[in-house]
Amino acid sequence: MSVVANPRIRIRFSKQGKVRFTSHRDVARIWERALRRVALPVAYSEGFSPRPKISYGLALPTGYASEAEYLDVELDREQAEALGLVSQGIPGNPQDGLIGRLNQVLPVGIRVQAIAPVQPGSSSLQQAVVACTWEFEVDAAGFDEVEAWVSRVLDADEIIVERERKGKQVTDDVRPLVEALEVGRGRCGASGETVRVTAVLGTRPRALRPVELLEAMLADPAAGPHPPLSARTVCRMQQWMLRESQESQEYQESQQSQESQESKEDIKITQGDARVEPLSVDAGPAALVETRV
Amino acid sequence: MSSLWPELERLLGEVQKPARYIGCEDGMILPAHHPDKAAWLLIYPDTYEVGLPNQGLQILYEILNERPDAVAERSYAPWTDLAAALRREGLPLFSLDTHRAAGDFDLLAFNLSAELVYTNLLECLDLAGVPIRTADRGPEHPLVLVGGHCSYNPEPLADFIDAAVLGDGEEAVSEISEVVAAWKAQGRTSREDVLLALAGVTGVYVPSLYTVGFRDDGILDVVRPLHPAVPELVEKRTVADLADWPYPKNQLVSLTEVVHDRLNVEVFRGCTRGCRFCQAGMITRPVRERPAEQVRTMVAEGLRRTGYDEVALTSLSTADFSGITEVLADTVSDDACGQVSVSLPSLRVDAFTVGIAAQIQRARRTGLTFAPEAGTWRMRQVINKLVREEDLYGAVESAFSQGWRRVKLYFLTGLPTETDEDTLGIIEMAEKCVEIGRRHQKGASVTISVGAFVPKPFTPFQWFGQNTEQELNRKVGLLRDAARKAKGVQLKWHDTRASVVEGLLSRGDRRMGAVIEDVWRNGGVFQEWGEHFALSLWTDAMDRHGVSFEEHVYRHRHEDEALPWDHLCAGLHKDFLWQDWRDALDEVGLEDCRWTPCYDCGACTGYGIEHVVASATPPAGGSQGTGQELGPDRVGAVPVGLSQRRPPIVEQSVEPNLLPAGAER
Ligand code: SF4
Repeated sequence: MSVVANPRIRIRFSKQGKVRFTSHRDVARIWERALRRVALPVAYSEGFSPRPKISYGLALPTGYASEAEYLDVELDREQAEALGLVSQGIPGNPQDGLIGRLNQVLPVGIRVQAIAPVQPGSSSLQQAVVACTWEFEVDAAGFDEVEAWVSRVLDADEIIVERERKGKQVTDDVRPLVEALEVGRGRCGASGETVRVTAVLGTRPRALRPVELLEAMLADPAAGPHPPLSARTVCRMQQWMLRESQESQEYQESQQSQESQESKEDIKITQGDARVEPLSVDAGPAALVETRV
Repeated sequence: MSSLWPELERLLGEVQKPARYIGCEDGMILPAHHPDKAAWLLIYPDTYEVGLPNQGLQILYEILNERPDAVAERSYAPWTDLAAALRREGLPLFSLDTHRAAGDFDLLAFNLSAELVYTNLLECLDLAGVPIRTADRGPEHPLVLVGGHCSYNPEPLADFIDAAVLGDGEEAVSEISEVVAAWKAQGRTSREDVLLALAGVTGVYVPSLYTVGFRDDGILDVVRPLHPAVPELVEKRTVADLADWPYPKNQLVSLTEVVHDRLNVEVFRGCTRGCRFCQAGMITRPVRERPAEQVRTMVAEGLRRTGYDEVALTSLSTADFSGITEVLADTVSDDACGQVSVSLPSLRVDAFTVGIAAQIQRARRTGLTFAPEAGTWRMRQVINKLVREEDLYGAVESAFSQGWRRVKLYFLTGLPTETDEDTLGIIEMAEKCVEIGRRHQKGASVTISVGAFVPKPFTPFQWFGQNTEQELNRKVGLLRDAARKAKGVQLKWHDTRASVVEGLLSRGDRRMGAVIEDVWRNGGVFQEWGEHFALSLWTDAMDRHGVSFEEHVYRHRHEDEALPWDHLCAGLHKDFLWQDWRDALDEVGLEDCRWTPCYDCGACTGYGIEHVVASATPPAGGSQGTGQELGPDRVGAVPVGLSQRRPPIVEQSVEPNLLPAGAER
């Protein structure tokens, strides 16, 4: 048995339209079939029920769209080399026609945007992602109302939510996870103007979902009268990870800072140097700049 | 006729499993509707997960969309959460393909595979905005059709359906499309016009064109045509050669998990093993094998197209397929298909079968399933499931010795003439299997799954009075007590309450219509789901409409009594079935006519067709439906009396004693 690690590739894709109602698990199965259809030499686990070695990033809640989903695929080294896909452990040029072939077999709404080799030894998607940028429209609320809500969120010292974790109700302060929040105007077909919110929400120790944030504020009696906000067409625009070299150090810092109220400002998103996307798309949306309405 | 998607999209965020309603499967067709085309909505009245894999529906979907004069889309019963949301928002049932309203289609064609979904049919019609009763519909409404196994006794649904299609639908749907397209071209004249024209299509039964009479004692007398142009006996349709119908060509691949989530290739249709409890085996005769070469092509192309890593070769008994060994060897060794596992959904009980299972399941040897159906040899002779104990133990020995860790056995209880000894024989067999298993593996276990027998139309047991719910419970109790003492044996059983309701609907007449409607009006949907089934809904409705289990379910039918489906024909002569019923009571087995002379049951002889079987001898080994080892020369002791169409019994005045001594009635 070879001691050299199998080569890995990372695939970035979008999930839009009707297909966004499939679950994280459904998407995993869609990918398994698609990879078999393009005959990519995926590595399999040993044992009674061999499974393809594919790892998926943070689960996208069912019903949300995304412009930034990821999966890492481990290739069978020998087969991949025989096919000329790898040399010295690094996939050579897996983009070679693969994006087109995958897009042909994937369902409408799932589109591969980019594929690249993963550096040997780099951490998994689950471990690496620290925050996501979300966009969503807010139903039945005017711009001013939403703007007021944004201010209230950003001014709050703590935002307590009750969430279910492994079947148990737990209470979390999610305020440290709200890294940036911005309101803007959008257009939506014939119905006219819509109010769009862009949010950067942290994922550690547990990812905060846009809907949890909206519901948290509604449930807070101290917040006073509140527009009945509900999100629709939620879309994950980006996922962020720390640069490999900074990862361990920054993660520790951010863990500490979550414990102290004063350092909240420090952990606000500072893109450019510290954070990168797991795999960027050249023509992708521009990175969000620091926001405070 | 626009898409309802924008409205539906807003509701999907609030319901469970929204992927049920999006369509988007690989293989989905987006047909171009046109006023000249007959627009079909093919509906499976159960959840998407159960309905999507249905092969019959997928076959018709493709055939219809290939026709220039028809289009077809699909729909499944929305779960209760979405049904409530649709009613709240004033939205109708919709198709999954283009998300258009069900009421915009010309035909709503339901696939009925099980009786307990009947109330869902009413639910779907109501959600579609179509009057549930045939009598209340006008020319502007869609025609409501049913097909599938339950359509052989559509009488309980007679008030609600416009027509039932008997038998294979491949050819009939085309003729129906022509009738409906012509009716549309004439400007959708009266409903009677189109119904009369439909009744002229072979295999199509229009209940409203027949009248039903009852005797003074309330027993069904006769079903008679109301119009000179409609047939007195409606014959089923049978496709003569499966080779002409390589469908589905593009099996639908769901984006979300469904049952049987794999490539399914039908290797033959029909079964002549002659198990007397099995409606599917009786009504789908004769055996029509798909050519092995076509099976290979459908498997290889299907795997490449879908990306599935599992294929099921489907039929009522796949180990009987001529050349099964070769087809499996080719599939498993086809490199282009990668790591493929093959499943054979209905295994024959013998070592040969385990041999082929070993060939195809090199990796995942977790569980194997067999269906001996009854616990004693006597009982198996009655039901003509001629599996000897040696066959079962040989199969089990070979399974455990080759690495399987769990064996699952299917049984029926409540069978005709069943004694407590027969019932308890189930546990004895299971214990013996565990004993054999433990010789090979310490943790060997056997799971037995026991279903309550429900007599079905067009089987030799159609005259049998079903066991009462109490009697079935008593038998389940016996099994539970015995299983508790048996090491390594796990027992599972089906809800006996659901079985008696199934019995009511499977052999019911038109008087069941009022009961079905009553149950539906009181919220009884998804009755095949344990969480929704409520016996009280049924018993209350039966009380209100003067229908009892005693008369319609538990009573033995007489030979001279009219049966609600007597004016329909599944190919089988009634006297053949009666004779087979007598043979059953005499514990006499009947050999498989695929490899022996014909008994003239009617399924071939009546239609000028015959078996399409590639090999004149059965695939090697084991019991061949006769309980014998059938070598090429067929020598050896015959352990059962083989009936070669014995002369009919003349004297039949005595009601056969069907009940085990001591059983309550
Ligand atoms: S007609 Fe004869 S050969 Fe055909 S199914 Fe019946 S018994 Fe068998």
